Amino acid sequence: MPMDEIALDHHHDAHSHTPGFFKRWFLSTNHKDIGTLYLLFALCAGIVGYTLSGLIRWELAEPGIGPMLWIVQHFQGVQGDEAITHAKQFYNTVITYHGLIMIFFVVMPALIGGFGNWMVPLMIGAPDMAFPRMNNISFWLTVAGFVLLCISMVVPGNSAGNGFGGGWVMYPPLSSTTGHPGPAMDLVILALHTAGIASILGAINFIVTILNMRAPGMTMHKMPLFAWGMLVTAVMLLLSLPVLAGALTMLLTDRNFGSQFFNPGGGGDPVMFQHLFWFFGHPEVYIMILPAFGIVSHIVSTFSKKPIFGYLGMAYAMVSIGVIGFIVWAHHMFTVGMPVDLKAYFIAATMVIAVPTGIKIFSWIATMWGGSIEFKVPMLWAIGFIFLFTVGGVTGVVLANAGIDHALHDTYYVVAHFHYVLSLGAVFGLFAGWYYWFEKMFGIKYNGVIGGLHFWLMFIGSNVLFFPQHFLGLQGMPRRYIDYADGFHFWHYWSSIGYAITLVGTLVFFVGMIEALIRRRKGEANPWGEGATTLEWTLPSPPPFHQYNELPHVTTKGGH
Amino acid sequence: MRHFFAALCASLLTAPAFASIPHDGALGFQPAATRIAERILFFHDDYVLWIITAITLLVTVLLIWVMVRYNRKANPVSKKFSHNSLIEVIWTVVPALILVAIAGLSFPNLYYQDVVPNLETIQAESAELLADGKSAEYERYTRNNFPDAAEKGFINVKAQGNQWNWTYSYPDLVDADGYALEFVSNAVHKGKPDDEKNYESSTGRTDYATKPRNLGVDYPMVIPAGRYIRYYTAAADVIHSWTVPAFGVKTDAVPGRLNEGWFLVDEPGVYYGQCSELCGIDHAYMPIEVRVVPQDQFDRWAEQMLAGDYEGAYSSVMMIAAREPSTQLAAKQ
Repeated sequence: MPMDEIALDHHHDAHSHTPGFFKRWFLSTNHKDIGTLYLLFALCAGIVGYTLSGLIRWELAEPGIGPMLWIVQHFQGVQGDEAITHAKQFYNTVITYHGLIMIFFVVMPALIGGFGNWMVPLMIGAPDMAFPRMNNISFWLTVAGFVLLCISMVVPGNSAGNGFGGGWVMYPPLSSTTGHPGPAMDLVILALHTAGIASILGAINFIVTILNMRAPGMTMHKMPLFAWGMLVTAVMLLLSLPVLAGALTMLLTDRNFGSQFFNPGGGGDPVMFQHLFWFFGHPEVYIMILPAFGIVSHIVSTFSKKPIFGYLGMAYAMVSIGVIGFIVWAHHMFTVGMPVDLKAYFIAATMVIAVPTGIKIFSWIATMWGGSIEFKVPMLWAIGFIFLFTVGGVTGVVLANAGIDHALHDTYYVVAHFHYVLSLGAVFGLFAGWYYWFEKMFGIKYNGVIGGLHFWLMFIGSNVLFFPQHFLGLQGMPRRYIDYADGFHFWHYWSSIGYAITLVGTLVFFVGMIEALIRRRKGEANPWGEGATTLEWTLPSPPPFHQYNELPHVTTKGGH
Repeated sequence: MRHFFAALCASLLTAPAFASIPHDGALGFQPAATRIAERILFFHDDYVLWIITAITLLVTVLLIWVMVRYNRKANPVSKKFSHNSLIEVIWTVVPALILVAIAGLSFPNLYYQDVVPNLETIQAESAELLADGKSAEYERYTRNNFPDAAEKGFINVKAQGNQWNWTYSYPDLVDADGYALEFVSNAVHKGKPDDEKNYESSTGRTDYATKPRNLGVDYPMVIPAGRYIRYYTAAADVIHSWTVPAFGVKTDAVPGRLNEGWFLVDEPGVYYGQCSELCGIDHAYMPIEVRVVPQDQFDRWAEQMLAGDYEGAYSSVMMIAAREPSTQLAAKQ
């Protein structure tokens, strides 16, 4: 490109008309604006999901039925035995919507829609996503899905009250007309269909963007690890979500049009739903964690001022996690009555995943080894992530053994395990990314002391919250119980105390954000110094409305 | 008779003989009551738990080390290396070997608990080992297989999950008309203020206070001690899951399927479990109570149940005589 044309471009850029409020935020085709929308949406949905988990911990702090009863008496106006029945159904809906919201409307939109949209084009040197208008559809379909899910909470589920109370796994016959004849379950299906379409479109967008729009010189093997994580995530979404859509459609026709896919009375099989669901559901857990893996890699490298150790091993560990993630699904179903040889296969396949996961953990530590580590807020979250993900990972190895899983399946041990990898893994990765890119995205600085306080409260609180649940599970405490035997009180009580600590932490988070918004300290292009080597740090903070009018050339070997 | 009274007194004082019940503040599994659970406890507590603790400690120590040694003050200038093939091979191969070591115990454990044993084979093989004078092998074999119990055959019990109670049926116990013994087992506690009144009016009993909250049932499942139990699970409406933590067994009850499993409990006592697959509003209120009693007590209970004297049968298993320490599992320990 001749020099004068570049100059013209920059001139044009400087005057580029940012669209008006409605056009900018409702009809947006700009990847950064859509990323911001996703983050704000996930924040709102996160408040709902987190409030629901608060109701769970409030109820379980003491044995007996307490807060749930109070809520249905005061908000649904039912009394006596009917109130108790409604309270039980209400509790089941709370755990169900907590799971669905956290997975589909908090972690996925934040990590994939939010940071993915924001950072993938910036990191690979692309001006925008490949299909900007499809990007807009993805976002608003996600919102529509969330609205449908919220409506389903307040329409009849079954005779015991509103909402669907069959758990996020939606196993029939509890999710068919046998268990929930009301429209709530149909709305859940529609909500997930809508969110699923949004995710499939988003996945296509990411795959095309990453494969076709990398800056000149940025080969796949120089691509930042976050982009690698997003690529693997997007491929997994593309392959697994249609299977969920198929299962949900079968459930929909079973419920409404007389098909018998999952009805044993008509020759169907409820276990088939479980196979289809977990063929999606297991890749889904890696979908939630792989972007966090990418984020943590960049943060560890940035604050150690060292290139990522074993870059290729890190990238291909994620690829192999993605591949193996598709062939381990039935370890969620060890107790359904599978042939023993099949269980043996799923034990072996599941344990294999520990190998690439171990490679990632050790490579992060090796990245820090020999470094000059600065403990800025994002680094605290990243180190916290590594530790907590290790704890969640090793309990996964325990559960992979069907012999032990027969004892622990559907107990609080499982709840502890997946909260360590998701609530303390994916969510810590999410906050790490938030504090890492906050200044880049919004052009203002947050207060590091408040951010650090937020981290420590969350780290201590969530450990107090979830570690005792291992003990409960080993003692035999089943999942999804509104009430428990007296012998489970002690650790349930401590678990609820842990929640209270995280609640303080969450309030500190909001204080920190409000403080940053009020003070509006001007952000730097690169606040992290020499360690931050990826392309987004070459742009001002916040980046211009359109970036890379002249594509950057990646020449140095340290593209990652 | 004297033994019976001694046992009666003992059970009155410490009634019941043995109870598996969650303990407040406990950190681990409930005590094992079957060989299956014993093997699970060994595999977890004495093997996998050590491995995962060591791995977690290793990662923790490494993290602390890099934070202390390689922070900005201690190491102002970072090194720039980013590869080391040897260490990468090590941290790929060593975890793989650890997993192989875990799998080495995991598979035998799985096959032991998951495959319902062939009782004829157990009798034949143990007899052969004895005949060949291989006492060490016999000893090892009979830790997992019980020839005396095998001789007596299986006791079959079917647990059917309903919203929200369990129906137990005993296909081997048939009345004069050829109908198998079948009864419904309801929770005593349903989270309602009038639980006590409902329980007392439906059964005519006054022992509500003795029932552990959220674990007790009106008509428990009863099985003889020291016998091979083959259980089946089925469901009438939605999916349920039958489990007793102390036995180390858990099997989903799925509509349209008949799943099976086995266990052998040596120690008479009361064992509790709870439905373990979300099944609707009263998921937390369909507990499982298993009373393991000596064979003669079981026979009396079965007789009374078949005769329709449910309350008499119930009373007959409320006190469980401790078993003389001659049984196989106890003798081995």
